Amino acid sequence: MAAVNPGDTAWLLSASSMVLFMSVPGLALFYGGLVKSRNVLSTMYHVLSAFAIAVIAWVIIGFSIAFGSDIAGFIGNPLQFLGLLPSEIPKVWSGTHVPTLIYVGFQGMFAAIATAIIASAIAERGKAEAWMLFSLLWVLLVYSVIAHWVWGNGWLSKLNALDFAGGMVVHISSGFSALVLSFIIGKRKFVKTVEAVPHNIPLILIGTGILWFGWLGFNAGSAIAANLDAANAWLVTTVAAASGALAWAFMTKRETGRPSTVAYASGAVAGLVAITPAAGYVDVIGAIIIGALAGILSYYMVNFRIKKGWDETLDAWAVHGMSGVWGSIATGLFADPAVAGKSGLFFGNPYQLVPQIVGTIASIVYAMIMTYIIAKIVDAVVGWRVPEEVEKVGLDLPELGEEAYNL
Amino acid sequence: MDKLIIAFIRPEKLDDVKAELEKIGVYPMTVIEVKGRGSQKGITVSYRGIPVTIDLIPKLQLELIVPEEKVDQVIDAITRGAYTGNPGDGRIIVVPVESNVKIRDHYKEISS
Repeated sequence: MAAVNPGDTAWLLSASSMVLFMSVPGLALFYGGLVKSRNVLSTMYHVLSAFAIAVIAWVIIGFSIAFGSDIAGFIGNPLQFLGLLPSEIPKVWSGTHVPTLIYVGFQGMFAAIATAIIASAIAERGKAEAWMLFSLLWVLLVYSVIAHWVWGNGWLSKLNALDFAGGMVVHISSGFSALVLSFIIGKRKFVKTVEAVPHNIPLILIGTGILWFGWLGFNAGSAIAANLDAANAWLVTTVAAASGALAWAFMTKRETGRPSTVAYASGAVAGLVAITPAAGYVDVIGAIIIGALAGILSYYMVNFRIKKGWDETLDAWAVHGMSGVWGSIATGLFADPAVAGKSGLFFGNPYQLVPQIVGTIASIVYAMIMTYIIAKIVDAVVGWRVPEEVEKVGLDLPELGEEAYNL
Repeated sequence: MDKLIIAFIRPEKLDDVKAELEKIGVYPMTVIEVKGRGSQKGITVSYRGIPVTIDLIPKLQLELIVPEEKVDQVIDAITRGAYTGNPGDGRIIVVPVESNVKIRDHYKEISS
């Protein structure tokens, strides 16, 4: 058994806490600022409740589904680490120099934020208990399974698909699941367009800053060590976010004559998403290009969604889903062998694109089909929507008995 | 003689009311976010088996100063824009305006 390395362990303890901070309160603030003032608490509660449910589900059985011994390449043995009984788990996680428990914690933060991202689809109309049941089923049946494929010795890891910190596992799966869920729950009533009308842009910007900060733990922590890979991931993550922010702000300026702070924030998140799968494999020049193109792509995807009248309200699909697709493909283009020994197309290895594309498509298809089934079950058992009068007066008071802003 | 028109409307009907007013060439207005209740004492939603009473419902208050001869037209336009047929569509109040001073014009008068 390998020994615990104090440096690696200290870094992973810190990185895990940073990823926690991304959901609670980063994503909650980001989403909360984007909705109307009478729905801000219900939207934040969607994020917070999904986070808590996913964490509990993860430690009881999710981790075992993702990281238990491989069964047919599809899932891990769900009973192997059931309940994380101290007598049944190794003290040090194999292949690393960190305690198993903080490895579980770090991976659990990923499972939780992936689930919380999908709250985008039900903003301003989703019933809390339907959402909580969905979160429980989704994290176990979708997230844990795809995590196994890519990181738990499943079939995609055997194909050598590269996904450093969760482009497929976290962002493609949650983004495309949000799109399917938005179709099943249906559009909001009493709004003129499917565009979100932010009630508090400074909240969005605070949320963006927290996401950016936490993302450094998310990507650099994915090295599971305090080493060269972690340093590379840290730097390219920051660079890609900066170039994504500038690219989206530029696109907005081109369209309207002025940049905007919401454009900057959306672009930063798009850049962060796209660099996620590539963070351990690309250099800074690659990161600048990946981030900028992510900002431009997601900008067009948001416009496309609005034009189509799809009420995927807070753009998990356009930003997380589509920039996740771009990042996963881009990993197969920009991977630089001088960084971590993996080469992409631009460094003479066209074959890396094959597992990247296969992994991307498999994640999209599996997430969409499973989300459809889970969302239909939740609809039949609980029902997705709040009553019409509740939607009209805003969800906060009827759902939670609280108002964000009192007289 | 100018009149002050105060209208309480559903927040989601603001765009419709604005569109109706623009059709008759009325643009200036002040919009205030308010909360209030009518004769039904708020609304009760039976929800998860527990009735939830929303005592004060969010509304918008519109204030427009219009010349007397426009008043009926404006009332009709607001009504068309704000109507749903359900309780809570709101109401329109007309009060006389004693004087109506435009600061920019008045400044010129007192400083000349």
